[in-house]
Amino acid sequence: MGRHVLLVEDEPNITEAIRFLLSRDGWTVNTHASGTDAVEVIRVARPDLVILDVMLPGKSGMDILRDLRDLDELNDMPVLMLTARGQMRDRDMAEKAGASRFMTKPFSNTEVLNAVRDLHAQASQS
Amino acid sequence: MASLNMLIFVCISYVVLLFIVAFMADRLAAKGRTTWLRSPIVYTLSLSIYCTAWTFYGAVGYAARSGLEFVTIYLGPTLVMIGWWWGLRKLVRIGRSQRITSIADLVSSRYGKSNLLAICVTILAVIGVTPYIALQLQSITLSFSIFSEADPSGATYSETATVFWVAAGLAVFAVLFGTRNLDANERHHGVVTAIALEAVVKLFALLAVGVFVVWGLSGGIAETMARIDASEIGQWQMKSGRWTAITFLAAAAFICLPRMFQVMVVENDDERHLRTAAWAFPLYLLMMSLFVVPIAVVGLDLLPAGSNPDLFVLTVPLSQGRDGLAMLAFLGGFSSATSMVIVAAMALSTMVSNHIVMPIWLSYRGDGGASVSGDVRSVVLLSRRVSIAVIMGLGYSYFRLSGGGTALASIGLISFTGIAQILPALLGGIFWRGATKAGALAGLSVGFGLWVYTLLLPGLGVGLVSEAVFQQGPFGLSWLRPQALFGITGLDPLVHSVMWSMLLNAAAFTLVSLFSFPSPIERLQGAQFVNVFDHSSGPRGWSGSVAQVEDLMIMSQRILGAAEAQALFRRQVILQGGRGHLPDPTPTFLQTLERELSGSVGAATAHAMVGQIVGGSSVSVQDLMAVADESAQLLEYSSQLEAKSTELARTARQLREANEKLTQISLQKDAFLSQVSHELRTPMTSIRAFSEILRDTSGLAEDEHSRYATIILDEAMRLTRLLDDLLDLSVLESGQVTLNMREGVLMDVLDQAVSTVLAGADSPLRVKRRRVGENVVLKSDLDRLAQVFINLIANAQKYCDAERPELTISAHHIGGQLVVDLIDNGSGIPTDVQAMVFEKFARVNAEKAGGAGLGLAICREIMHRLGGDVTYLSGQSGGAFRVTMPLSLPKLAELAAQ
Amino acid sequence: MNDDRSSPSVFLEHQSYRRNRLADAARLLPVIGAAVLAVPLLWPSADSAQVVAGEVEAVPMSTAILYIFGAWAGLIGLSVVFGMAARRWGQPDGPQRPGQG
Repeated sequence: MGRHVLLVEDEPNITEAIRFLLSRDGWTVNTHASGTDAVEVIRVARPDLVILDVMLPGKSGMDILRDLRDLDELNDMPVLMLTARGQMRDRDMAEKAGASRFMTKPFSNTEVLNAVRDLHAQASQS
Repeated sequence: MASLNMLIFVCISYVVLLFIVAFMADRLAAKGRTTWLRSPIVYTLSLSIYCTAWTFYGAVGYAARSGLEFVTIYLGPTLVMIGWWWGLRKLVRIGRSQRITSIADLVSSRYGKSNLLAICVTILAVIGVTPYIALQLQSITLSFSIFSEADPSGATYSETATVFWVAAGLAVFAVLFGTRNLDANERHHGVVTAIALEAVVKLFALLAVGVFVVWGLSGGIAETMARIDASEIGQWQMKSGRWTAITFLAAAAFICLPRMFQVMVVENDDERHLRTAAWAFPLYLLMMSLFVVPIAVVGLDLLPAGSNPDLFVLTVPLSQGRDGLAMLAFLGGFSSATSMVIVAAMALSTMVSNHIVMPIWLSYRGDGGASVSGDVRSVVLLSRRVSIAVIMGLGYSYFRLSGGGTALASIGLISFTGIAQILPALLGGIFWRGATKAGALAGLSVGFGLWVYTLLLPGLGVGLVSEAVFQQGPFGLSWLRPQALFGITGLDPLVHSVMWSMLLNAAAFTLVSLFSFPSPIERLQGAQFVNVFDHSSGPRGWSGSVAQVEDLMIMSQRILGAAEAQALFRRQVILQGGRGHLPDPTPTFLQTLERELSGSVGAATAHAMVGQIVGGSSVSVQDLMAVADESAQLLEYSSQLEAKSTELARTARQLREANEKLTQISLQKDAFLSQVSHELRTPMTSIRAFSEILRDTSGLAEDEHSRYATIILDEAMRLTRLLDDLLDLSVLESGQVTLNMREGVLMDVLDQAVSTVLAGADSPLRVKRRRVGENVVLKSDLDRLAQVFINLIANAQKYCDAERPELTISAHHIGGQLVVDLIDNGSGIPTDVQAMVFEKFARVNAEKAGGAGLGLAICREIMHRLGGDVTYLSGQSGGAFRVTMPLSLPKLAELAAQ
Repeated sequence: MNDDRSSPSVFLEHQSYRRNRLADAARLLPVIGAAVLAVPLLWPSADSAQVVAGEVEAVPMSTAILYIFGAWAGLIGLSVVFGMAARRWGQPDGPQRPGQG
């Protein structure tokens, strides 16, 4: 059973790092760098998990998340939000928008792996 | 025994005592301890200078000759005093509020400060009073002669020398205490106190003689009365014309005599003293006349026929061997004479000096009267002293010329009649606003002329007017006979003169006033005099008897607003202890209301408004002037308010702008911090992630290893760049940057920038330049300028999305400024974000990251520091930036071009 | 309201009324004085025709003195009374404040 993660992130270096980490953990990692069409990409790709950056060109991660939650088929999709602005306000907004987990950059690799595993495990149980 | 030497000794001792009293009083006044000096009793006693030697000695003689007619001399002043509320109070108030120095000053001041009138009154007063002074001198001489006759030692006595020395002594006294200093208020506490003492002495002396006569010689009141009825004046015998005329004359003279005016108005310290004097002075007069008839009757009885009844006061005690009593009586007469002479000389000298001598002196000086200063004081004092000496000299001369005979005896009433001519102008002046200067002059002239013609010349008698004139009239015009004007014969000469002079005086005054027109200053002064109680301080208030409280309410509502006015009235009702909504129009209430109103409309307007409704006073010229003043002030005030409100609005706008700016800055700061955080965390994320990968992952391929290390390096360098930029921007923004200004040519700067950007760049950007316009000499920080160009060119290189990117750089002058346009052939920046490209961390296209988004912000800061700007040129085909900077040294540019 | 208005404090009305009458008296006093002192003019004078003819008896001097000095003293008395009244009403905030009556 392949675990599929979609990473939406505009920083190529960060994308590469996460892809490296998750690939080695056995995930199938797809990436996308633009906010504009992210929802459509997610809908089509149907990953087990989405890692979503907040600051995206074209459309912010928050808006994407809200749109995802508005879609019936995607409203229980586990979403891990990443943000470089570690303010409480962003965390609140993310929770309100329906983020499953919220992480502040820079993060440690273990944290990301743990978070991804946890989220997947929760999604599988429910 | 009563030797002449003894008399002279007593006399001199008495004068010394007066000197001491006057001196002490002046000392006390100078120290400000004047409480008892200013008591109403002293004021009342000082009024007693009305009772001169003529009344002290003469009243008895008068009674011996004409029965009770003498009391008219006292009844006139009594009527004036008990009517003080009407007349004297106003006179005193005017005198105080206008700083009047004499009766001449009052008349002149009322009629537009006319000096001509002042001179007329002064001359009239001098002519009227000089014989009177002579009369006093005569009385002293006569009393001396009585003692001289009775002197057993038979000491030699020279009448002429006595009069001279008495006159000189009185002059010295008047000079010493009347002109010692120039008091702004013309008050002389020393003199007033001395004459108050003299008043006590003369009253005491007359009462003592009276008591001696009634109880000592007649044996009691009843016996005295019987003796009176049995005497030759034992029956009521009165010419009704004289009774009325003399009462009137005495009343008029009491007000108009310069010396009376001096003590009553000028020396008055407190208006309220009138309240006491109103009964105390009539009482004094009553006591002065109480024993006159008994003394006269007893004198007629005891003394041989042909004795001078004018001296009964002295001769009756002397004939009974009562030398001590006679001495006291002598001192009383001496006091009467001296106090009158001193005050009269003072008052006249003030008038003569102020209205005749000083104007002449000032006009002789010629160098602009008003500009002289300093020595004027001493000149005034000198002129007063000389005037006193001259007036005393005149009195003395008159005494010598008239021979000191019986001709003097009748001079008292003649003098009164002359002085009374001032009355119409005076009363008209303080009660009638229509009185004019021309009217006053006409009345005075007519009255003066008639007085001289009908009374003074005939009275002086022999030689001055020929008998023929008396019998047939001048030039045979019988209707102009001096004592039978218009053919009316049979009148008493005094009544005749008083009637015609006063009647025609008043008629001329009224008619000329009616037909002449007053000057503005006359009208102003007239209003101030007639309405003195409305304008001066002191007991002031509305008598609200006819106040229409409802009208006041309506008016107050208009001015204060309904609720507030009703509250005010209600409070007043409660304060007055009444019920209902409207208070009583008490003076307190009206004044409170006036104060409240004046807060809204100004004091004068409020006063005029309340006055109109209460009806207590008409609106005066001064009221109107004050209203005009206040209106002007209100106008000015409102324009000030307007200015202030504009200023306030401007300040509010500035505050609002500042507040918006602050809010924006605060938001910007938040956004900036947030951005910085983001920009820092992003590279650090990569660095951390790959560091951990390198550390934790075993068996990485060599190329992976090196690639990840390169990423870490790149991101670290990105961080460094970011920090550099932040630092740079912060320095620029805080203004702490030091600019290295030097001269250079634009072309070189651009060359350097282009080569810096293109060196090591792999993307093929073609830079097109027009070098002609670049040959310009600049004075600027060339490195910073180059930094700007590098940034802009790098931007074009980074973001130009054309297939074959091109950048055109062109330099030219626009409006005295050097302008460099950098335009590429890409798609440019979308209109909606053009406005924010210069903001910090603004990145139009995030995909081509690399910079921190601070480049353009730094460019703009630099250009601002260099006195120029960098803007985005919209409407160009591609991305277009324009750099402008001041073209400071065009001459140098030309030089460089050569 | 009208009822209230027409019935202010009796005391105050009395007081202001009294003041106004005092002002009247002040003006009247010299007039009264002049009238009283003019009365002797009506007396038959000793040299008048009636007295000489013996129809009327002349007024004795003692009577004249008593009348004139009596009238004089009376005027002074009135003046004292008026002066005291004027002192009181000249200070309306003084001893006769409303409420103390």
